[in-house]
Amino acid sequence: MEGASVAELLEVRDLVKHFPVTRGVAFRRTVGHVRAVDGVSFSLRAGETLGVVGESGCGKSTLAQVLMRLEPPTSGTALFEGEPMFSLRGAALRRWRRDMQIVLQDPYTSLNPRMTVGDIVGEPFEIHPEVAPRGSRAGRVRELLDVVGLNPEHLNRYPHQFSGGQRQRIGIARALALRPKVIVCDEPVSALDVSIQAQVMNLLAELQGEFGLAYIFIAHDLSVVRHLSDRVAVMYLGKIVEIGTEEEIYRHPTHPYTQALLSAVPVADPALRGRRDVIRLTGDVPSPVDPPSGCRFRTRCWKARDVCATDEPALVTRVGNHPSACHFAEERHVVP
Amino acid sequence: MLEVEDLHVEFRTRDGVARVLNGVSYHVSAGETLAVLGESGSGKSVTAQAIMGILDTPPAHVTRGSVRFHGEELLTASPERRRAVRAEGVAMIFQDALSALNPVFTVGFQIEEQLRLRRGMSRAQARARAVELLDLVRIPAARQRVREYPHQFSGGMRQRAMIAMALALDPEVLIADEPTTALDVTVQAQIMDLLAEIQRERRMGLVLITHDLGVVAEVADRIVVMYAGRIVEQADAVSLFRAPGHPYTAALMRSLPRLDSKGTALETIRGLPPSLLRIPPGCPFHPRCPRAQGVCVTHVPPDVRLGLGRTSACHFAEGVVGGGGVGG
Repeated sequence: MEGASVAELLEVRDLVKHFPVTRGVAFRRTVGHVRAVDGVSFSLRAGETLGVVGESGCGKSTLAQVLMRLEPPTSGTALFEGEPMFSLRGAALRRWRRDMQIVLQDPYTSLNPRMTVGDIVGEPFEIHPEVAPRGSRAGRVRELLDVVGLNPEHLNRYPHQFSGGQRQRIGIARALALRPKVIVCDEPVSALDVSIQAQVMNLLAELQGEFGLAYIFIAHDLSVVRHLSDRVAVMYLGKIVEIGTEEEIYRHPTHPYTQALLSAVPVADPALRGRRDVIRLTGDVPSPVDPPSGCRFRTRCWKARDVCATDEPALVTRVGNHPSACHFAEERHVVP
Repeated sequence: MLEVEDLHVEFRTRDGVARVLNGVSYHVSAGETLAVLGESGSGKSVTAQAIMGILDTPPAHVTRGSVRFHGEELLTASPERRRAVRAEGVAMIFQDALSALNPVFTVGFQIEEQLRLRRGMSRAQARARAVELLDLVRIPAARQRVREYPHQFSGGMRQRAMIAMALALDPEVLIADEPTTALDVTVQAQIMDLLAEIQRERRMGLVLITHDLGVVAEVADRIVVMYAGRIVEQADAVSLFRAPGHPYTAALMRSLPRLDSKGTALETIRGLPPSLLRIPPGCPFHPRCPRAQGVCVTHVPPDVRLGLGRTSACHFAEGVVGGGGVGG
């Protein structure tokens, strides 16, 4: 078993998640589908960080929910250490759940206000008693609080007694409890103030080094993703439009959407005002219920031609060294 | 044109008195963009609400200070006079357009209402003007959309509608409170471009309240940085980013991920912003400040002048600004 190529920790193929749109109360009928995730493939190696960026409605959070098996996929497969994880049942499913954990965006709603911090962080041990036998739990919880930079003596406090940044640390401690191999981070710092955001990002980076964690780091903030990611996937309307190393995506983007996204990020340097290559998209993201034919970005793309409406561009390498789902992929340097 | 001077606001709560503003002064002139930068709880929005006269009292009480528009004191003005200034002198837009717009009236009605009340326009005139305004903020098919309700608009579109409403009576100053925080980055760029363009054309004063250093760097002429209900630094945008004059501003800039920060730990500001119920004595930033000395605990720092129009409320301001900046 060990001999097989287990370099890829997680291998996702053609993942699809559609949500039905229904009408009527007594005679409920399906009138369409929200194509939240529509054919996504990627892989994740042990110990690496894959950043996932995109604007609201691109499907990045649905992707997280499906990968955690909080929502069943409509179709597609995912191999975790070579095993198809969507068909796991019983004891095998429970064992897999230890390996994959999630940290959510909102530190206010993701912690039960009636539970003490000790109970929140220790709850995973109730379900997986094999990880920490009953007698050793309080000690483990203290260790975990210490690891994430909280005072272990505070384990009898309630979430409301902590600030937003501290609550996010509690959520991280809970995710670490079962010694997972992968943590899906869904916008873990976007609810935090700038001065607190840096603290939590540093913590995530430290923990990765210490425990050899792999992260799927989902965020809309491109500079946050850049700071932490080894590789980056850019999503638009349920699809990955470009994927590559951090360097490839930020220094050598080839998809027009990636270029527009990067160019829209304000740069904290007034000296560069008016001296940057600025791409301004018009309009809003189309509805995922009825996405455009062919290339989904074509309605906002300045390069769009007839072929873009008829042929959906595949995510393949056309220029440079990384795949990009554009018929007319070409490099354009947009970030100073 | 619009001046705030030594403004003090406290919130009288069950837990005690929160000193939310502790002597805030700033001004904005025609055609100028003033950015008010700060994190949550710094008092940046409360200042704007005090200017507009829309603080909830109780718990909020203005205990001292002055808000003047063209020299006229607003804090003691009659409710009618304040309403008039609010409509035509100083307008405001908010972060969350969905809750700022009334869900039971059409977007058109909400724009037309003020035109009919304040300008005495007929229904037809007001409707025509509303369509023009929606056109101005680039809402496609304005003639149809004017009849729609806020929930039928996308997030970016609602923000545009709110801007149209704020512009209806040609205000001289627009206060924008986190106008793009809830928006996606490509839409944020569109809205900031639109605001900048409208401001240029109308020579409007713009007060932009934000926590985003990037947005500030792109549009601000001058910047005031707020912390714990005080202005800790004010400067023109270029100088502030080249060499911040207050340790808080400097630390904030260093905590942003940058090109060369990859693979290294970000610099952080230790600890948390203070509770406004118990603001530390002396300099409110001293418990988190790497430069803090004895004097910072005992004495509130004065505004140290660092050149033309530049001040920093730090005992060691000259050292901070001389210590070199941290580029973007």
